[in-house]
Amino acid sequence: MKSFLQLWMPSNASTHGGSVDNLIFYIHWLMLVLFVGWGIFFVYTLFRFNRTRNPKADYHGVKNHYSSYLEFAVALIEAVLLIGFSLPFWIQEIAGAAEENTDHDIELRVIGQQFQWNIHYPGKDGIFGKTSPNLVDGTSNVLGLDRSDPNAKDDFSSQGLSIPVNKKILVHVSSYDVIHSFFLPVMRVKQDAIPGISVPVVFTATETSPKDPKKSEKWEIGCAQLCGTGHYKMQGDLVVLEEDAYNTWVDEQVKQALEEGEAW
Amino acid sequence: MVTHESHHDHHHHDEGFWRKYIFSVDHKVIGIQYGITSLIFLLVGFCFMLVMRYQMAWPEKAFITTDQYNMLGAMHGTIMVFMGVVPLAVGAFGNYMVPIQIGAPDMAFPRLNMASYWVFLPGCIVMMLGFLTDGGAAQSGWTSYTPLSVLAGSGKFWDGQTMWLLGMVFLITSSLLGSVNFIVTIFQLRAPGLTFMRLPFFVWTQLVTAFLLLLAFPPLEAAGILQLMDRLAETSFFMPSGLVVSDVVQDQFSGGNPLLYQHLFWFLAHPEVYVLILPAMGIVAEIVTNNTRKPLWGYKSMVYAAIFLGFMSFLVWAHHMYMTGMGTAISAFFQTTTMIISIPSVVILTAFFISLWGGSIRYNTPMLFALSFLPMFGIGGLTGLPLGLSTSDIHLHDTYYVIGHFHYVVAPGTVFALFAGIYYWYPKVTGKRMNETLGKIHFWGSIVCMNLVFMPMFGMGLAGVSRRLWDGGAVYAHAQEVLHLNEYSTWGAFGLIFFQLFFIVNFFGSLFSKEKTDDNLWQATTLEWCAAPSPPLPHLNFARIPEVHRGPYEYSVPGHKTDFSPQTMKETEA
Ligand code: HEM
Ligand SMILES: [Cu+2]
Ligand SMILES: [Cu+2]
Repeated sequence: MKSFLQLWMPSNASTHGGSVDNLIFYIHWLMLVLFVGWGIFFVYTLFRFNRTRNPKADYHGVKNHYSSYLEFAVALIEAVLLIGFSLPFWIQEIAGAAEENTDHDIELRVIGQQFQWNIHYPGKDGIFGKTSPNLVDGTSNVLGLDRSDPNAKDDFSSQGLSIPVNKKILVHVSSYDVIHSFFLPVMRVKQDAIPGISVPVVFTATETSPKDPKKSEKWEIGCAQLCGTGHYKMQGDLVVLEEDAYNTWVDEQVKQALEEGEAW
Repeated sequence: MVTHESHHDHHHHDEGFWRKYIFSVDHKVIGIQYGITSLIFLLVGFCFMLVMRYQMAWPEKAFITTDQYNMLGAMHGTIMVFMGVVPLAVGAFGNYMVPIQIGAPDMAFPRLNMASYWVFLPGCIVMMLGFLTDGGAAQSGWTSYTPLSVLAGSGKFWDGQTMWLLGMVFLITSSLLGSVNFIVTIFQLRAPGLTFMRLPFFVWTQLVTAFLLLLAFPPLEAAGILQLMDRLAETSFFMPSGLVVSDVVQDQFSGGNPLLYQHLFWFLAHPEVYVLILPAMGIVAEIVTNNTRKPLWGYKSMVYAAIFLGFMSFLVWAHHMYMTGMGTAISAFFQTTTMIISIPSVVILTAFFISLWGGSIRYNTPMLFALSFLPMFGIGGLTGLPLGLSTSDIHLHDTYYVIGHFHYVVAPGTVFALFAGIYYWYPKVTGKRMNETLGKIHFWGSIVCMNLVFMPMFGMGLAGVSRRLWDGGAVYAHAQEVLHLNEYSTWGAFGLIFFQLFFIVNFFGSLFSKEKTDDNLWQATTLEWCAAPSPPLPHLNFARIPEVHRGPYEYSVPGHKTDFSPQTMKETEA
């Protein structure tokens, strides 16, 4: 089952993704067993109790109540999947991790805008500069950064998400216009980007993304929620780098931001 | 009895054309009106989807624009749910069959019944008018999530989204009128002897459905009206502050919450799912018992399961919203209720399978469709499990996996059950029988094509391909390896329309068949077959209100002369 489903699923490159995948595998086992069980009974019955083979129906039919065991077993397995896997995972890795909000290595903001993903990097000072909707400009200031704020000087934006490997990343997901959904297939991360609400999401990449990838090898940010005409192309790149490479990249971006800042 | 008939004839001849066929208060005529309207819309909704499927399979041809794609998508969903399946399952089958199955001359409120159709039809027309507006029809999905839907189009009155909202207000009002009528009819007008535990399962499912419609629809009606005001009157129920669209600050809005709309929407739309499925289960119960020639196994537990299902369906709505940033407590609650609601579905499905055991199964067209409902609904239900747990839903939410899942429930599930119902009750309504050969071609072609359409969607969903993509995912790297599945799915859809031609020909052609069927050609036990002529008498259904002496599915009772004991049969006659 695992290898069959993995045939279709994207590889997983996050610390928590394995648990998501495992639950998907377990549930598909349950589905398979039930479907095959019902299926065998169904096909055999259709064949065995065909009118020509069984001209007279039996008023009582099945007299035992073994099916109650089946129903009980299904309920039990679902309870195990729920209490044993889904709830603890959600508490520890998703809601809990985000609520704690404290020990992380990198903090970023993700803002959905028709039809691109803008990532707000706080720059070297690690502090997000002030932003305001009134300052948003699709060509020169997608984040609406208030350049008069000293903390904003080294902030920069990127349309792709670049992060270092093996570091705990905290992103605050929101939107400036309509609802989008921030989806990182290889990270098993999905969070609706809702205007007016900012939702924290925590994850850690365990591998670097392919270098010079062919199209089909790229790692991506997708949009999972209908957000208008360009929803289909609201794609961004996800680049996971070694720490050094990441730092170099940030340095370059900050330098560029500061230079642009001079011009303001 | 004689007086009844003569009185009745007299009454009948007095009626003009309009009273008889257009503004009729006869539940049978209204049922047929609903039936024809909804079948037309099912076809329209399906044709929309053909265009979209073509676009998705061969996006490089850019057959339609992205806006057109979004319009067809939103309208496909809306039409199929609100103007196709529900009006066919409830408005047509429910309206026509429930009074006859409970031995009533008509619905409790015939005029209300007529009003419900005459609110429904304008609703459909208003909805379709959207296509004539400058911006075209609604294009924010059948869910119409704000802020997208409020910002869409011109924001004027004459606009697709506005027409969608107005249309919904009409359609919901119509459902409300219908549902009170069903509830009162089933409670008040049952024939003497017809206790609740002697009701055909179909009537039970219609009763539960009516309660769902009655209780779930008002919140969406409210939400629709609030959204209309956000669009037209610059209120901000669902619109937060600080929106920037194409660099323009939308400062007419402040302080609203888009999640409120989602809660209101799903509070309706989840019970709606059971509105789509329960009547289908009811139809399957009628046909399976009739063609296995034995009672329904576990009738009582199925009834309780259906009631429990209806009740629970009000407590699971937020499982559509796991990815909105839910805290642990809320998500734990909705995951738990979702796992609980899966159990009655398992009970019902299992009871159906066990009902087959020991039967003497005849494979006619209605039975083939009804039987195929079981495994197809099985696939649909089972694939709901990974979507019901928030952890596994992370990867699958809003992907093609979801589209595959709910279509297995509503398309090869409910739609097949509806076909079964049409083949089964056609002789009752028309006095003519549909052609078996054409019916079997229709069945085998449809079941193969249905699976060809929907099975590939699970692969695409597992790969993480989002739904509602104009190019079928071609932009995305992670979709590259599964893109070819789009083509299978599209070929399946074209195959499907081809095999529907057999149905259409059969449906109209059989009207002209010379042979009149027996009143009870399936040798069935329920009142619509055993106590009423085919077609039933205008206005009164029965020459005399029947008296009921037994349960609904007394087939092959040991010691009885025939293998079916009609509900009207006295113990002494046995
Ligand atoms: C039998 C033929 C049908 C086919 C081939 C079909 C196909 C599809 C496809 C491919 C989508 C996804 C569109 C996208 O991702 O943009 C879709 C969406 C949908 N379908 Fe169907 N469908 C069929 C029948 C039905 C029926 C019977 C119902 C309801 C009772 C239904 C309800 C919906 C809904 C609600 C959506 C979501 C629309 C949205 O995105 O807002 N479909 N259908
Ligand atoms: Cu988006
Ligand atoms: Cu989108």
